[in-house]
Amino acid sequence: MADDDQFDIDTDSEIDDDDENEESDDDTGFFPIDEPVVYSSQSSTTTSSAAAQIPKQTKGTSEQSGNKYSTSINASNNHPQDNNFEYVVLSQDDIVKYMVECIKEVNEVIKLPSTTVRLLLHHFRWDKEKLMERFYDPNHQDELFRQAHIVNPFKRPHLQTQISSSSHRSTRRQISSSSLSPSSASITTTTTTNPLRPLTEQTCLICCSTKPINDMAGLECGHTFCIICWQQYLTYKIMHEGIGQTIPCPAKCDILVDDRTVLRLIEDSDVRRKYQHLITNSFVECNRNMRWCPGTNCTNAIKAPYCDVAMVTCTTCKTSFCFQCGQNWHEPIKCKWLKKWQKKCHDDSETSNWIAANTKECPKCHATIEKNGGCNHLICKNQSCKYEFCWVCLGAWEPHGSSWYNCNRFNEDDAKKARDEQDRSRSALQRYLHYYKRYHNHHESLRLENKLLEQVQKRMESMQQQMSWIEVQFLQIACDVLRQCRQTLMYTYPFAFYLKRNNHSIIFEQNQADLEHSTEELSGYLERDFSQTNASLTEMKQKVQDKYRYCSTRRKVLLDHVAEGYECDYWEYNEGF
Amino acid sequence: MNDNGALTKRIVKESARLLQEPVPGISASPDEHNARYFKVVIDGPGESPYEGGKFKVELFLPDEYPMAPPKVRFMTKLYHPNIDKLGRICLDILKEKWSPALQIRTVLLSIQALLSAPNPDDFLDADVAEKWKADEKGAKAIARDWTQKYAHEH
Repeated sequence: MADDDQFDIDTDSEIDDDDENEESDDDTGFFPIDEPVVYSSQSSTTTSSAAAQIPKQTKGTSEQSGNKYSTSINASNNHPQDNNFEYVVLSQDDIVKYMVECIKEVNEVIKLPSTTVRLLLHHFRWDKEKLMERFYDPNHQDELFRQAHIVNPFKRPHLQTQISSSSHRSTRRQISSSSLSPSSASITTTTTTNPLRPLTEQTCLICCSTKPINDMAGLECGHTFCIICWQQYLTYKIMHEGIGQTIPCPAKCDILVDDRTVLRLIEDSDVRRKYQHLITNSFVECNRNMRWCPGTNCTNAIKAPYCDVAMVTCTTCKTSFCFQCGQNWHEPIKCKWLKKWQKKCHDDSETSNWIAANTKECPKCHATIEKNGGCNHLICKNQSCKYEFCWVCLGAWEPHGSSWYNCNRFNEDDAKKARDEQDRSRSALQRYLHYYKRYHNHHESLRLENKLLEQVQKRMESMQQQMSWIEVQFLQIACDVLRQCRQTLMYTYPFAFYLKRNNHSIIFEQNQADLEHSTEELSGYLERDFSQTNASLTEMKQKVQDKYRYCSTRRKVLLDHVAEGYECDYWEYNEGF
Repeated sequence: MNDNGALTKRIVKESARLLQEPVPGISASPDEHNARYFKVVIDGPGESPYEGGKFKVELFLPDEYPMAPPKVRFMTKLYHPNIDKLGRICLDILKEKWSPALQIRTVLLSIQALLSAPNPDDFLDADVAEKWKADEKGAKAIARDWTQKYAHEH
């Protein structure tokens, strides 16, 4: 089949182009990426999370030190949830290659042009199996193409297949030399009748200019426009509206413009680059099994065989995050509760701090009231309430006698009831603030410990006058452990916030206290300048090592207990908060 | 790229056709100082609460036209769930469904059709939409009243 041949060439050439043009913005090279990301050879191969976890050491000697410290570190990372989760870190170029691979894989089976396959795959959010399933459902194939906004390639006029063969190719003009050729052919067959074939001029519906037919182009739907209008249209969609994958034909028909057409028509390198970014973006974002690395300025993505709650670590920027929700790695709390917590923090924390300190609520309508002067006889300004009450005891104003300024009503039932209610809301707030402050503290500490790492690295250099490189690595490990513990501790607070009190939550709190205590000690050791202490370097080293091993163990105990709780349903939640 | 020349050609053609074969019930003429600014009057469609009214509309073609949609706004006050107090119109082809194959003529026809068939489910003015859904008769009476009040002077 001529068809098949052509498509085979299509995919091959696309991949070849890709390889060749990694650095240059050439004509057909799909996706020249501005800055090829360099990473160690390990990163491109499949790495289990445990392997990726080996603490960040300077290149070259990682093997030796890895051996020496592997026991303690592995212990700290061996929590059950990310044990067997395998994933790959992909750079921008890798993403493109992977995308092309996906397309090729499907291509080999369904034998359609790669640009059609791309649109189909996009429609199915890059789920190959789903695409295949629907594709081979003969009753719904037509519907499939309609829904994906693609002209059904099997329903093209018969003439079509002959036209795209090589004999006709030579007669076609430049821009239609490959993918556009079938389209323009279908235009002539669908919009105009064959006798009109030798037509040499056409009017573009967008600019209303009449142009030689060589300057016209169109998709398989048969609508043609002049190339200049096409360029303006595509540029506007890409640059102004930020649409890449789903640009429709300008003729208000819903057939989508394929990437080959776009890249053939657009010459401006800025527009091309933006378009290619939009395509990779939608590829990663639509793909259930891929996530962008959330690290600042990091352009990598992570690919996994399935979507699950698991920690993944970017090999370039070392950011660890949850594969399921894309947030920082947040064990022990689950994605759902973390999301709820973050929303609450976003809505509440700053404001509620201030409210707690400065206002009271109207005992009747609970409007928040700030008293900025005047007497203690308050009349609620809420028009539907107008309740009169005493600011001091929050009881109704009525029973207050003339001696109210001393507010001797403290034990009155009414006042007590009002205060109880107020207390309840206040204590809920107190409770939240308790957890929030601790969460926030660890968050801040974690941020500051990036600075600490720099200091420690300097210190490691100076220590190498007395010790060998390998011997000072314990400080680096201590820093890593400290960060891990901080991160875990930080997320234990929102976890505990939503937890209902039971025996296991008490055990959890004890674990938490223990870990927090030892983490602070470890942090203290690292802050201290060793040269100022009397103890010898070896003694200090021993102390630090003992401490970080202890922290690691406690962290593991805490996480294991939580994981066990998830499995055995120990945890009950306060849905209401 | 000679886009300006090409664009003007389209605008000139469209303007000429609007004047030569006007759409029934719609008059549109370009401003004498600015060929991209059109003064439009749309007659309220028959059998709608806007019947008998003459609604002034302003239409402006931005530099990006026809890649970007024209900007259209009602100058006459009217009671309609898809048109807000400032006269802004909630119509898909003026936003994400715009296509350069559409024209001033098609836009104006769509607006006229919107007057015949308000769509309170996709509203712009929440109060009007609510009224329209809860009490269509009452809402139409208000619309008729407003047409009398605001759309009858020229």
